[in-house]
Amino acid sequence: MEILDVARWQFGITTVYHFLMVPLTIGLSVLVAVMQTAWHRTGKPEYLAMTKFWGKLMLINFAMGVVTGIVQEFQFGMNWSEYSRFVGDVFGAPLAMEGLVAFFVESTFLGLWIFGWGRLPKRVHLACIWAASLATVLSAYFILSANSWMQHPVGVALDEDGRPRLTSVWELLTNSTVLAAFPHTIAGSFAVAGSFLVGIAAWHLARRHRDTPQDDPDRRVWHRSLRLGGWVGVVSFAAVAISGDLQAKLMFEQQPMKMAAAEALCHTEAPAGFSVFAVGDVSRPDCESVKSITVPGLLSVLAHSDFSTEVRGVEQLVDEYTERYGTNYPDDPRLGEMAGQPIDYVPSLPITYWGFRLMIGFGVIAAGACAVALWVTRRGRVPRSRWFAPLALAGIAAPFLANTFGWIFTEMGRQPFVVVPNPTGVDGVWMYTAQAVSPGVSLGSAVFSLVALTAVYAVLAVVEVFLLARYARAGVSGVMRPPWEEPAEEEKSDDGPGGSDGRGGGGGDVLAFAY
Amino acid sequence: MDLPTFWFCVIAVLWLGYFFLEGFDFGVGMLLGPMTRDDTERRVMVNTIGPVWDGNEVWVIVAVGATFAAFPHWYAALLSGAYLPILFILLALIGRGVAFEYRGKVDSHRWRRNWDRVIQIGSWIPPLGWGLVITGTVTGLPIDPNGDLRGGVVDLLRLDTVLGAVALTAFSLLHGAVFVALKTDGTVRHRAHGVVRRFGPLLLAPVLALLVLVQLRQGTVWTAVVAGLAAAAGVLALVWMRLNREGRAFASLAVLITGVVVVLFGSLYPDVLPSTVDEAFSLTVAGASSSPYTLTVITWVAAFGTPAVLVYQGWTYWVFRRRISTANIPPVRVP
Repeated sequence: MEILDVARWQFGITTVYHFLMVPLTIGLSVLVAVMQTAWHRTGKPEYLAMTKFWGKLMLINFAMGVVTGIVQEFQFGMNWSEYSRFVGDVFGAPLAMEGLVAFFVESTFLGLWIFGWGRLPKRVHLACIWAASLATVLSAYFILSANSWMQHPVGVALDEDGRPRLTSVWELLTNSTVLAAFPHTIAGSFAVAGSFLVGIAAWHLARRHRDTPQDDPDRRVWHRSLRLGGWVGVVSFAAVAISGDLQAKLMFEQQPMKMAAAEALCHTEAPAGFSVFAVGDVSRPDCESVKSITVPGLLSVLAHSDFSTEVRGVEQLVDEYTERYGTNYPDDPRLGEMAGQPIDYVPSLPITYWGFRLMIGFGVIAAGACAVALWVTRRGRVPRSRWFAPLALAGIAAPFLANTFGWIFTEMGRQPFVVVPNPTGVDGVWMYTAQAVSPGVSLGSAVFSLVALTAVYAVLAVVEVFLLARYARAGVSGVMRPPWEEPAEEEKSDDGPGGSDGRGGGGGDVLAFAY
Repeated sequence: MDLPTFWFCVIAVLWLGYFFLEGFDFGVGMLLGPMTRDDTERRVMVNTIGPVWDGNEVWVIVAVGATFAAFPHWYAALLSGAYLPILFILLALIGRGVAFEYRGKVDSHRWRRNWDRVIQIGSWIPPLGWGLVITGTVTGLPIDPNGDLRGGVVDLLRLDTVLGAVALTAFSLLHGAVFVALKTDGTVRHRAHGVVRRFGPLLLAPVLALLVLVQLRQGTVWTAVVAGLAAAAGVLALVWMRLNREGRAFASLAVLITGVVVVLFGSLYPDVLPSTVDEAFSLTVAGASSSPYTLTVITWVAAFGTPAVLVYQGWTYWVFRRRISTANIPPVRVP
């Protein structure tokens, strides 16, 4: 095993893991802000209960998103120092901007929101959750700008050292790639939050409210949550599909190899069919022994919006890439065993092919589950089927998996490049992943880092899921005295933040909430 | 002042913000065990920083992010060179961040005790690690012409870097104790005074020793003046604590850490990471920086972002300015 493999595994594990928390944080924090706004406007107790309940789950998840995000910013320097040197003039700027104008806002205002119940005027407190949640969205924009630049470098010139130099930050921030990736990712985040609401709310409805009257306040909490989640899930899916189609069309131009690999399309076809399912070994770029069920002409539609245009296959693209970017890695000892070896321009076909299909498949499942949940709960109904709750709960996994496979597809699909050449951009701005890794780091350190981070992440995953499940199961009374219940005698004197009415503060109004 | 020098100063300010703000966070975490007798007292301690620790931590993220943007070669060399210390810092920051949020989420003695341990360990490691790494970048590391470290983690452990680690940790302990005295009332406040009275001089000593060492090795006349002022402020902080003037003691410690950062970065300039192998391999402010265009872009962002950060973080401290005592801790409400 080479340090390159270790560093790639670490990046893959830490990033996929981080991106389990991120979409839930983004989607849920905005939805919590919406719930609190509804409470602020209407004063209805069920909106307060929703804000507190979903807010608590959001916070349990937020903490993990924050701490795993720190690793991201550091590991470019630790494991990928050559990459950092090569792209630093361009890539560091959006990261620094993210910290300065988004992450500071997120962290500070979230702290104000958590501890500000009862301390801050209601309107200011509401503004805090909006500031924190919108900052997470802004944060995503900067990070995706950085990532999109790796997929499609723009706004740069080559300097005398052969490194890209930023010439237009505007081009970087309005890269066509990020303009498509941002709505796609944000919609994917809301899909996660939508399914999360649907799954947990369905469980509560099925467990407690099959026979309660429709105006039972607790039932209303879960019914409203489910309806909100269902609509968010369905609308997000529409947005995911539209933005995904735009993204795919761009990618056929910008990274033709990635899209050919997504289809395991070996030979150039005109018109090209879309493979729905394949049997056999898709890993071979010559496609021997693969039987595939295809929809004729559909790939041409996806790529170019008509039924006839040619789509280039892997074999032709390999020739084009070889001609343009060379046949062999430079004979540089720092490349380790890759030095001087021929470059394999084909990404791992099974991963791209199946990653692409699993992304779409789980996305469809998530949206379908939301649509079904909306139908069976129409006009205040609660379905009696015993399958309702378990299926809805299981459905929470679908959008997470769709997001994960989407990222695995897009990042594995750009291999062997870490910075993919832009076919219409400045010549010479690209970098092979093999060149990007830190030359000064020992294999032992890298392995230790991989093992330590993976172990800590695994333990924390268990803890987070345990806490989420515990709080999800407890419902409203786990986070506050339900606002529709009379306070117990001993509670009347010091009703904390828990505090239901959002005004009271225990112990002389110093701390309305405490860790 | 040219742009790279300006950004060198900005990065120094970001580290200062981090050491000043999260310095007391770390102190609170390290003292969580020794300074408390029961869980309510521990909750008093944790909640002195509850609303603010996460915002404080962003200072280091922005410091490192700004280093990536403004000095990519410094970022690459330092983070890959100080690989293991930084890994331990990361693991510690992960653990303690989650621990703050999770410790009160289950009403069980064992649960809280375990997370409190994570908070304590996770608060010791980062000041040790950052003290080592920042002192290392000031006094130099064995880097080759490409900026890669020659040797392994043992090459990072020298008298000066270890002193830096001890100094930053001691400062954080002192700063944390003064902060707790400033922010609490009752037994915890009393004990915080006890910590400063008994260990104050001992905790101040390594900080002053670091100032002397850096000054002797690579200081200039003006850093000597700053070092003198910083040392005086440190001594003054202990005196103010004796007089029960906690606010003034806290402000004096702010002057001390400002002085330390100014001496460290002031004596580092115009290098950002000297090479102990050969002076010719040293990374300099001019050589390691990004292009003028990139620096201009992030200057504009910082010009709007930084004052806003100071305003809203300052406001947060204003909102949560009241002292906390065991009487203020609300009852636990968990499922």
